Amino acid sequence: MDEAVIAIRDLKKSFGTKEVLSGINMDLFKGENLVVLGKSGQGKSVAIKCMVGLLTHDSGSLKIFGKEIKDRSEEEMKELRIKTGFLFQSAALYDSMTVEENLEFPLTRVLKLTDRDEIRQKIEELLEGVGLLDAIDKMPSDLSGGMRKRVGLARTLIMKPEIMLYDEPTTGLDPITSREISELILQMQKKYKTSSVIITHDMECARITADRLLVMNDGVFVAEGNYEQLENGQDELVRSFFK
Amino acid sequence: MTIFPAALTRQFSAAGDQMIFMRAFFRNIFRSDFEWNELIRQCYIIGYKSLFLVGITGFILGFVLTLQSGPTMKAFGAESFVPGMVAISVVREMGPVIIALICAGKISSGIGAELGSMKVSEQIDAMEVSGANPVQYLVVTRILASTLMIPLLTLMADALALAGGFMASNISKETSLTIYFNKAFTSLDFVDLIPAVIKTVFFGFAIGFVGCYKGYNSDRGTESVGLAANSAVVSASLWIIVLDAIAVQLTSVFAYN
Repeated sequence: MDEAVIAIRDLKKSFGTKEVLSGINMDLFKGENLVVLGKSGQGKSVAIKCMVGLLTHDSGSLKIFGKEIKDRSEEEMKELRIKTGFLFQSAALYDSMTVEENLEFPLTRVLKLTDRDEIRQKIEELLEGVGLLDAIDKMPSDLSGGMRKRVGLARTLIMKPEIMLYDEPTTGLDPITSREISELILQMQKKYKTSSVIITHDMECARITADRLLVMNDGVFVAEGNYEQLENGQDELVRSFFK
Repeated sequence: MTIFPAALTRQFSAAGDQMIFMRAFFRNIFRSDFEWNELIRQCYIIGYKSLFLVGITGFILGFVLTLQSGPTMKAFGAESFVPGMVAISVVREMGPVIIALICAGKISSGIGAELGSMKVSEQIDAMEVSGANPVQYLVVTRILASTLMIPLLTLMADALALAGGFMASNISKETSLTIYFNKAFTSLDFVDLIPAVIKTVFFGFAIGFVGCYKGYNSDRGTESVGLAANSAVVSASLWIIVLDAIAVQLTSVFAYN
């Protein structure tokens, strides 16, 4: 775990006059699960969206696989996005398509696969991995919140990304399903050898998935460590997450 | 401090955004990996699923126009000119504009709401971060489908308007189908039909473009979906009226002189 696949230095982002990211520094090392904790509205989702180019940062440095994100051409951004998976808070399934078509979409549009058997095999493999093979023909509206997250995870992992970014993967789920999703994230990380950034304020999810944690407050990281270190730390704000 | 009022600055900014959006549309039309299947699906949704509404509108348009103009024309002893008058007014002006306005209400708002809700639920972002091209899949196909389908829908509505006119003329007195259509078609010329079809192509483009632009650029809240649909209808209707005024001027200069 010594090679930083994401390196962020003094990253700032404002919306109008409100500064959301006030100079964050972060490294994500190859093969690790990095959990970013923080209250709502502290800039966690903004940070993760900057990492995938959905938002453009105002200043600072954001390098992914050693290259500045702002210096990448349109084609390089496309290549980067193939290597970087993003699981949205809402799962963001395409609601006019079946589960199978959702998983097929990036394979045919981005990887340009044409062999129907190969596509079907990949889809079945991923759905089996997330335990939803029998939902292959269902529409997203027929799925529960937890099932939608699983399908969203399968759709992201089907591209075999090297980095996974999770935006509050357990928000809105009951405790049992949250735990299942957290364990699935860990299981998938081991299976596909991904490096992951997990944005959450669910401490159970953090405990299960984190190799290392960062705590964000007012647009900056205020604490870093593993779960036990932060749980036993003296900082009142950090300790408040563990109560 | 800017020398322009804030409202004017916003209008310029919106116009600039629309130009950028249009550039993205044209850049993505000519890509090799064109979404043919999605284009056909959108043609089905926009064209086939509008047939009933457009058909009924066209039929009633001709029917009412004949009923309303009949007595006046009769007073001048010009009752035999009614089929020709209905044909010309429907084909040249009323058919294209009324069908385009109906489609602005149905299609533009539908596209605006659909893309707006995809934006709110982060589906467009999901396409983008997967490396796929949402403009090509969502925008190009819808604008092209609208551009292709509105002229066809208008032609169908024109034909049904003539049928409606024939039915209305049969209410007051029996008229032969052959004579009615003979009078209608002898009054028409290609110079009536071609500019009308050309302007419906632009109406179709405006309907698709405005719907896509409003939906694709809607804000994040659920309220913005309704706003996107609403402003798509308003803007598309306005564009249709403006384009029609321009088309009428150009036609009168180039076609009828």
